[in-house]
Amino acid sequence: MKPGSIAIVGAAETTEMGHIPNASQIQLHANAGLNAIRDAGLTAADIDGYACAGEIPTNVAHYMGITPQWVDGTYVGGCSFMLHVRHAAAAIAAGYCKNVLITHGESGRSRIGLVRPVTQPESYAGQFELPFGPSGPPTMFTIPVMRYMKTFGLTHEQLAMVAVIQREWASRNPRASHKDPITVDDVLNSKMIAYPFRILQCCLVTDGGGALILTSADRAKDFPTRPVYVLGTGESTESPIISQMADYTSSRAFRISGANAFASAGITHADVDHLMVYDAFAHLPIFGLEDLGFVPRGEAARFIWDRNTAPAGKLPMNTSGGGLSYMHSGMYGMYALQESVRQMRGIAPAQVDGAKISVCHGVGGMFAASGTIIMSNSSVN
Amino acid sequence: MAAPDVKYSPKPTPETAHFWEGTRSGELRLQRCGSCNHTYFPPRPFCPACQSEAIRVVPASGKAKLYSYVISHRPAPGFKPPYAIAVVELEEGPRMMTNIADCPQTPEALQVDMPLDVVFEKLDDEITLPLFRPAKGVGR
Repeated sequence: MKPGSIAIVGAAETTEMGHIPNASQIQLHANAGLNAIRDAGLTAADIDGYACAGEIPTNVAHYMGITPQWVDGTYVGGCSFMLHVRHAAAAIAAGYCKNVLITHGESGRSRIGLVRPVTQPESYAGQFELPFGPSGPPTMFTIPVMRYMKTFGLTHEQLAMVAVIQREWASRNPRASHKDPITVDDVLNSKMIAYPFRILQCCLVTDGGGALILTSADRAKDFPTRPVYVLGTGESTESPIISQMADYTSSRAFRISGANAFASAGITHADVDHLMVYDAFAHLPIFGLEDLGFVPRGEAARFIWDRNTAPAGKLPMNTSGGGLSYMHSGMYGMYALQESVRQMRGIAPAQVDGAKISVCHGVGGMFAASGTIIMSNSSVN
Repeated sequence: MAAPDVKYSPKPTPETAHFWEGTRSGELRLQRCGSCNHTYFPPRPFCPACQSEAIRVVPASGKAKLYSYVISHRPAPGFKPPYAIAVVELEEGPRMMTNIADCPQTPEALQVDMPLDVVFEKLDDEITLPLFRPAKGVGR
């Protein structure tokens, strides 16, 4: 795919966000999807490509009244939507379809019609992890951090600062779940979940959804929205179980996905104005900054501590408040993409002045998969 | 309605039966590739490094070091929080998830890189879990 040849021309989240007790999960898909279709000035009849994760695409396409000629149900966890964008761009370039809708809806908090994968007792996770007492991502995704701390000297205070700075961003976002400022002490005195992680270093559990519409850049000018061009993309996978992640201080999937995104976009790190790094837990922005190559290994915590990613910093990161303070329904990647699109459209609540290039980096499972999308409000960089 | 307070029970497959037979008889079993000499875990009937099927089952020494861990404060069937969920690195190279037995479940007692020895905990007639405890003695 040539950089800038595909554009995002529709983007929207669910009308409500956070606690939505009056909608099932498939309705959250439809609500976000229909909002995005309206945003793009289209009707459902114009959508000829469709992708989603978790739900079977057949179910949602039928529910929404969409007749796709191209379908993608890639489901690798919370970064699935980054992979959908990448696959959709390739499909449009190949001529398989013209207008691709990607939806996400998740009743993570209210759990109405929630679809979640079942871990079979015969799987690697079932045989070699679950017998040892992990109870969800807070007790598994976090396991590498003690090794990272010993290797690089990451401190508890530095890990807490990640949440503090993201709350600063969230305080600027009216739709954020948590907006009240917090301090490092607040984080370190919050409820212990899985040492060294406390509750303020763990993501929210909310309801919501989001949707994107992609088309070819040469058609983008016919749409009412400011086009956001896809410059570069990457994706990869590593281990489905955290115990088999090769290096507890660096994600192979992050490195491959990020490097391919930068190479295909033809940009350097100095070109990046805005960054989203999927933050299910406070260590993920640290891994993301390093594995994407923004800072050398072992230096991300200090980079964050020194306010480089904070409001008025040189690399604004997770400007919506992220999964820690904005919203996290279970698979967060769609909300990271939405914030990158808002920043490129120039309409984000905490808008980064003059931002032209945004990097949006996702994780799936627990360092199990990754997807990276680089976008811009200019088709040429 | 409380869940039964017993640990999650794994189900062996044809590809992993030798591992669970091993723990039942007090032996920690790995696999080694005859083509590239890679020693690996979890089990599969070919080498994940070179895909050779010329592999054999080998006993591990049972010596390991604590690679990383969390101390979970969340409820889980069969566990009394707080308890450590650990990943250990075996002397032979592979890593595995486990629990640390005979040790206070505290950051002070659980030091990354501390030497450990395997110990076996019988769950039921079919499943015996490999746990690890702090190594005894000096010279390691």
